[in-house]
Amino acid sequence: MADKNTKALILIFGVVAIMVGLSFASVPLYDLFCRTTGFGGTTQISKTPPKAEEILERKITVHFNSDTSRDLPWFFQPEIRKISVNVGQQGLINFKAQNRGKTPTIGTAVYNVTPPKAGKYFQKTQCFCFDEQKLMPEEEMNMPVMFYIDPSIAKDRHMDDVKTITLSYSFFPTQSKELEDALEAFYNAP
Amino acid sequence: MADHKPGFFTRWFCSTNHKDIGTLYIIFSIIAGIIGGWFSMMMRHELGDPGLQLAEDGQVWNVWITAHGLIMVFFVVMPGLIGGFGNWFVPLMIGAPDMAFPRLNNISFWLIVPAFLLLVASALIGSGAGTGWTVYPPLSSTLGHPGMSVDLAIFSLHLAGASSILGAANFITTIFNMRAPGMTLHKMPLFVWAMLITSFLLVLSLPVLGGAITMLLTDRNFGTAFFDPAGGGDPLLYQHLFWFFGHPEVYIMILPAFGIVSHIVATFSKKPVFGYLGMAYAMVAIGFVGFIVWAHHMYTSGIAVNTQAYFTAATLIIAVPTGVKIFSWIATMWGGSMTFPTPMLWAIGFIFLFTVGGVTGVVLANAGMDTSLHDTYYVVAHFHYVLSLGAVFALFAGFYYWIGKMSGRQYPEIWGKIHFWVTFVGVNLVFFPQHFLGLAGMPRRYVDYPAPIPPTELQGMLVNPIEKIQWIAAQDYGYHLWNYVSTLGAYISGFSVIIFIGIVVYTLFFGRKAEDNYWNVQPQTMTFEWTLSSPPPFHQFDIQPKVK
Repeated sequence: MADKNTKALILIFGVVAIMVGLSFASVPLYDLFCRTTGFGGTTQISKTPPKAEEILERKITVHFNSDTSRDLPWFFQPEIRKISVNVGQQGLINFKAQNRGKTPTIGTAVYNVTPPKAGKYFQKTQCFCFDEQKLMPEEEMNMPVMFYIDPSIAKDRHMDDVKTITLSYSFFPTQSKELEDALEAFYNAP
Repeated sequence: MADHKPGFFTRWFCSTNHKDIGTLYIIFSIIAGIIGGWFSMMMRHELGDPGLQLAEDGQVWNVWITAHGLIMVFFVVMPGLIGGFGNWFVPLMIGAPDMAFPRLNNISFWLIVPAFLLLVASALIGSGAGTGWTVYPPLSSTLGHPGMSVDLAIFSLHLAGASSILGAANFITTIFNMRAPGMTLHKMPLFVWAMLITSFLLVLSLPVLGGAITMLLTDRNFGTAFFDPAGGGDPLLYQHLFWFFGHPEVYIMILPAFGIVSHIVATFSKKPVFGYLGMAYAMVAIGFVGFIVWAHHMYTSGIAVNTQAYFTAATLIIAVPTGVKIFSWIATMWGGSMTFPTPMLWAIGFIFLFTVGGVTGVVLANAGMDTSLHDTYYVVAHFHYVLSLGAVFALFAGFYYWIGKMSGRQYPEIWGKIHFWVTFVGVNLVFFPQHFLGLAGMPRRYVDYPAPIPPTELQGMLVNPIEKIQWIAAQDYGYHLWNYVSTLGAYISGFSVIIFIGIVVYTLFFGRKAEDNYWNVQPQTMTFEWTLSSPPPFHQFDIQPKVK
């Protein structure tokens, strides 16, 4: 009997351990899930835009939104607020960023699109948000994004109502070795 | 020798006896209930009039609601139903001499005491933990709560969670391995079924809460960014993890109540419960579906429309097994030879009020409705109907049903009935008007609401309620009227608690001696606890009982 009980207890504790493990595993799983399915407005990455014959008549207006964390003394805004693109046509938008602080800073942008269901069809071929961005004091930088809307959007009837998509970026400060080096060089400069 | 009891300290502080531990849990639950109830009295008094009465600001208010919620969930309903009645009656009902791991049982109880102290400390130290029982970041991150209160609350939940997981492991092992010969799973009393399913829910859901609050703890103290977008995290992940625990948790609180009510209804209808297997598997179904509906708490968090459609449909499905249970209880009573002593009143009160809460639950399950009712008093009314008027009614039902068995003394019947009716009127007066407040758009978790301030002679507790209601009704705007009615109900409910304490004291010291089978439980609804003396011997079932 005691042996049977111990076995049961070990099994139950095993289940507890698995559930704790799963809750932590949900972090990378959630990330992977969003990137693969475009869930929650996660945009996609693509190497090549569609060929000219794949471009459709349908137009979609893309709005741009920019936010900056209060811990990052940056000016950060798109050059124009919105553009209208044909589905499949490559669009280009330039964001202007300037470090208005007195020390070097590094920022990383988090991003998504609204409505969330459009994430699956929003393809970026080039984006500043793929990397960390370093800005020296007063330094200005152009941050271009090249994107297109996947022509397969036309085949999805749930996307028929989508006439505008908002692309949003929020910059947050990043702590890294590179920043420490840059700060050290900055303070040691003559 | 069979009934030799150890000395006072060894018996109560080093206890390994399932009945003594059950008693400790019930005492703990009553004390925590009075403290948690005190918070709700302060809250209702605060909202009785517009303006600030007791709370200095909104943070203090938020600390109260947090303490009230966490105390009631983790330190009143769970210890009462699971630790208290579960420990007492699972071994008795399956014919076992004790739980499978008596010392583990002792640890379970003594973990919950420091957990409770930590939680009370979290409310009293610094700014207090004003996060709500859900502890959502970023409010619960260092951004919203820089002090140590939230850390204390997190540790409290860790300990309470560990306690419950150990308890659940003990129940599962006991129920699977220690049933009397002949008692197959399909012959097990429904309360034991309820405890088995509850234990499974605990083992599967609590570790996820543990994971989520551990991530929150490291986010707060060790620079991780699980829920911080600046570091690539997502606060929504916390909500998903929390509600993956939180939704099964509400069934953890109600399933043992279902079990208790089934026994009481059968006993006082003198009929076996209608559709026994349906009752058992309805609980299994509720437990299973309870794990796949969590995002109905998150309709307004920006989840996609298709996701909302799924969670709406899945949530509505829960009404089916729940309906099976409600109708089976009614069918049990139908044509029965019914009597209405106090426990039966509480059980019928439970069925009626739980159904009211279930109906508003069906309303809220619809994502479209929820978008407008989310975080209003309608939701507060809904979950208090199923928990405060549901689970707590079952706690009282179980208490009156079994107190004779547990203590060997019977409560005074007339006072039990008075307690029931005062409570019934009080809590309905508290929570029914909150439906109206919610439909009128009053949001929850605020210390105040817009309304004209009454003249001084109409403020406070000791005013003529009719005059005051006439004055309020003459005003042009404001949420005052139903808030005031609700607060009046709270005063009545507070009074009912005093009656209850009086009944407990009277019963323990002056109650008449209870016979073995004082409810005259019929052979067709018999469970093993009624074959033993009242109170049962310190060690029971020297000769193992058998089920034919």
